[in-house]
Amino acid sequence: MTNSGYTVHVENLTRMFGTFKAVDNVSFQVKPGEIFGFLGANGAGKTTTIRMLCGLLLPTSGKAIVAGYDVYKDTEAIKRHIGYMAQRFSLYEDLTVRENIEFYGGVYGLNRKQIKTKTAELLDYLKLWEHADKLTASLPLGWKQRMALSTALLHNPDLIFLDEPTSGVDPESRRNFWMLIYELSEQGKTIFVTTHFMDEAEYCHRLSIMRDGKIVELDKPQSLKQKYKADTMQDVFMKVVQKVEA
Amino acid sequence: MNQILLSIIKKEFWHILRDPQTLVIILLMPILMLFLFGYAITLEMKDITTVIIDHSKTPHSRQFIEKIRSTDFFNITGFNIPESQIEDIFFRRQARCVLVIPSDFASDLQTEMRTKIQLIIDASDPNAANFINNYFAQLSMRYNNENNPRLAMPFSVEPRIFYNPDLKSDYFFVPGLIAVLILLISALLTSIAIVREKEIGTMEQILVSPVHPVQIIIGKVIPYTILGFIDSILILLVGHFWFGVPVIGSIVFLLFALVIYILTGLSFGLMISTITDSQQMAMMAALLSTILPTIMLSGFIFPIKSMPLIFQYVSKIVPATHFLEIIRGIMLKGNTLLDLKVQLGYLFGLAGLLILVSVRKFSTKLE
Amino acid sequence: MIPIVINNLKKSYGAVQAVKGVSFEVEVGEVFGLIGPDGAGKTTIIRTLVSLLDPDEGEIIFMGKNVIGNTKFVRSNIGYMPQRFSLYRDLTVEENLRFFGDLFKVSTDVQDKLMKKLYAFSKLAPFKNRRAEALSGGMKQKLALSCMLMHQPKVIVLDEPTFGVDPVSRSEFWDILKSLAHEGTSVLVSTAYMDEAELCDKIALMFQGNFLALDKPDKLLQSYEFPLYLIETDQVHTAYNKLYKLEEFSDCNLFGNGLHVSDKNNYGEAGIKGILDKKQVEYKSVHRIEADLEDIFLKLIKDGSETSGREQR
Repeated sequence: MTNSGYTVHVENLTRMFGTFKAVDNVSFQVKPGEIFGFLGANGAGKTTTIRMLCGLLLPTSGKAIVAGYDVYKDTEAIKRHIGYMAQRFSLYEDLTVRENIEFYGGVYGLNRKQIKTKTAELLDYLKLWEHADKLTASLPLGWKQRMALSTALLHNPDLIFLDEPTSGVDPESRRNFWMLIYELSEQGKTIFVTTHFMDEAEYCHRLSIMRDGKIVELDKPQSLKQKYKADTMQDVFMKVVQKVEA
Repeated sequence: MNQILLSIIKKEFWHILRDPQTLVIILLMPILMLFLFGYAITLEMKDITTVIIDHSKTPHSRQFIEKIRSTDFFNITGFNIPESQIEDIFFRRQARCVLVIPSDFASDLQTEMRTKIQLIIDASDPNAANFINNYFAQLSMRYNNENNPRLAMPFSVEPRIFYNPDLKSDYFFVPGLIAVLILLISALLTSIAIVREKEIGTMEQILVSPVHPVQIIIGKVIPYTILGFIDSILILLVGHFWFGVPVIGSIVFLLFALVIYILTGLSFGLMISTITDSQQMAMMAALLSTILPTIMLSGFIFPIKSMPLIFQYVSKIVPATHFLEIIRGIMLKGNTLLDLKVQLGYLFGLAGLLILVSVRKFSTKLE
Repeated sequence: MIPIVINNLKKSYGAVQAVKGVSFEVEVGEVFGLIGPDGAGKTTIIRTLVSLLDPDEGEIIFMGKNVIGNTKFVRSNIGYMPQRFSLYRDLTVEENLRFFGDLFKVSTDVQDKLMKKLYAFSKLAPFKNRRAEALSGGMKQKLALSCMLMHQPKVIVLDEPTFGVDPVSRSEFWDILKSLAHEGTSVLVSTAYMDEAELCDKIALMFQGNFLALDKPDKLLQSYEFPLYLIETDQVHTAYNKLYKLEEFSDCNLFGNGLHVSDKNNYGEAGIKGILDKKQVEYKSVHRIEADLEDIFLKLIKDGSETSGREQR
């Protein structure tokens, strides 16, 4: 375990698929408690980067320390210290809310008593007691997303990866979701999030914009808007991507 | 027991119970297939429609006809039709053979070494025709021996048939079907298990958690072993009580052998599921790679000894070959563990090897 | 003749009422947007229109004919782009286009001419020999749109065509839609992205099977009744928790750049700052802004749940 004061410390990270450089010499650091936004066009390399940081994919070269552990050597330790919410809803639809929580509690090695208290805690927190024994498939999308987030938090990870967490969710539920994220950040948890909703990108403390495997901008949303003289992140994004194109 | 493993097992059971339609199919399909195959595949023939033309019309010829009538092999459907209609009768499938007793039947029987009668058989199904011919030849020889005073037999062969004295083909086929069905079901169950999670995206979430492949794989094998075991018991019950196949050896030993065999099937399915990417592919692979070799190469229908040499070697690899020896051995011969240790050992080793390969093949990375 | 007329459409799946009686019209050359989250009923409306689903109640008139009983007419005159990428992944761009042309019995000459035009605005010409599966998300959507245009439909219907597509590709896609409408094609499109709503000529804001509003975007924007203020702060979350229950503001919503509050009592900028100081909310600035569609949508959802709450009581 190495301690650099950063939750995520990436230097010159590169990943090739055959001759294609999906991620090209990327460097950045994320502080504890930070909400770090990860933007980019389709195929810009966001998902590949996240998968490397989660230990799902080995880098071709470069350095990456996640929650104090090396992505080359300590993938098992990383997995114990991060939470991950995939782009596609990946809880079991044919299990009830309670069963999903119990299952993931078990997977993360909580004992029976811990699982019981955690389940109660989460059901309280999500206000899902009424629906605890209903099949997950029957819940509205907004609740499913919150449930997915909570199960990703079961083992109390320091760092949480969210891959397009609010796609298709109604505006109100999206705000509820972001309130949860702010609370987590205040508790000192680091949030790493990707999104295509540019208004949502502004919720982040800092943003990075990727294009063709490289990080081309990395700053606070406000500073980016000033730098590109734009009113919205949408405009910033368009300008950043077009600038690189030209 | 390991907490993570326990969670996976529990979850797998939830999946099984949440989907009652699939569960019913899993439990009923083998029994349905057993009935279908049990009745469709049979080497015994019965009720062969027969027309007799008696030109002799003597007490002897009537006695001979009575002999034929008393078997349930022949079913006499017509008498003394004009000989010009014989072909017509075959053509319209009204009879499968026609027996013509010549007018000098009675006198030949008393005076000649040979008594001629004519049997005309519809050979559009050559196997059946052959069977009819043999059966009739036996029947007429016995009649000849009893009634022709000029024949004195120098010796006679009296066969004694062990383990299946009535030569019932059910005894032969039911254990074989059990072997096919159990392997098929268990390979199917697990082949889908992992691929399904890859397809719906839940595998990604599992992979980012600190779960070891061994835990995932064992966690999937155990629930399905139990399901496969219940299935096997159902099949055995139907085989025993409906088709009347005996269990001469130890039932406990039989159940033990079944568990080993189920494990072989499950681990085979697992291996398929670690190397395929879609449920469809996994299912096709499981079906083809279990049904074909089990039916063709295990000695289930075609005797191994009459196969080309290369196939004889291949049949040694097919798990069903060994299981057939085990199950026939226990059910029909009353073999014990010691008699079948080689076959059991092979199945056990194969299951272990396949699980090992699955764990190695199972990637915790997304590539 | 108005190409699409829908009257009091209702559709349920079992006990779930997906669409609870909606009516609207799409005129010639108009881009009509169905805006709402997943499960709002957008896809159900679109599927009943293209005759893939039968409505439980209500009437759908397509180019003067009732959709029920005229399935063949509807399908040969409508261009439909379903939500999921539904082209042949193993065929090339050109092969896909040809196939859809052949399917609608378009002669080869016409196909050649059309493809030239479609390549021009989709910028897919350099990729015409590439297999569909190897295209990026944005290009796939443009190919799907092009395929749908191979039989030159007067009306096109698109179900979340830009879902999961990045902002740049999305804006390119919308440029194409706008130019099609300009040439006289009627467009019915659904989306969950608010920024796309503002590009439509007319929109319906959908939530839980109902239309919360149906109007031109600029009319809707003007409908916001109270002055709206933006409170910029570094502590959005804390600020929100202190302010959202206050009687002083009728709406208080979280936005990326801060909080949007509606000043129903006309306190003005100074008055609001006073309230913030009293509640000990840290802020960087407070200033008047125009409501955007997201503000309108949030208000309508809130009003809707309050009315239905009152009805239940």
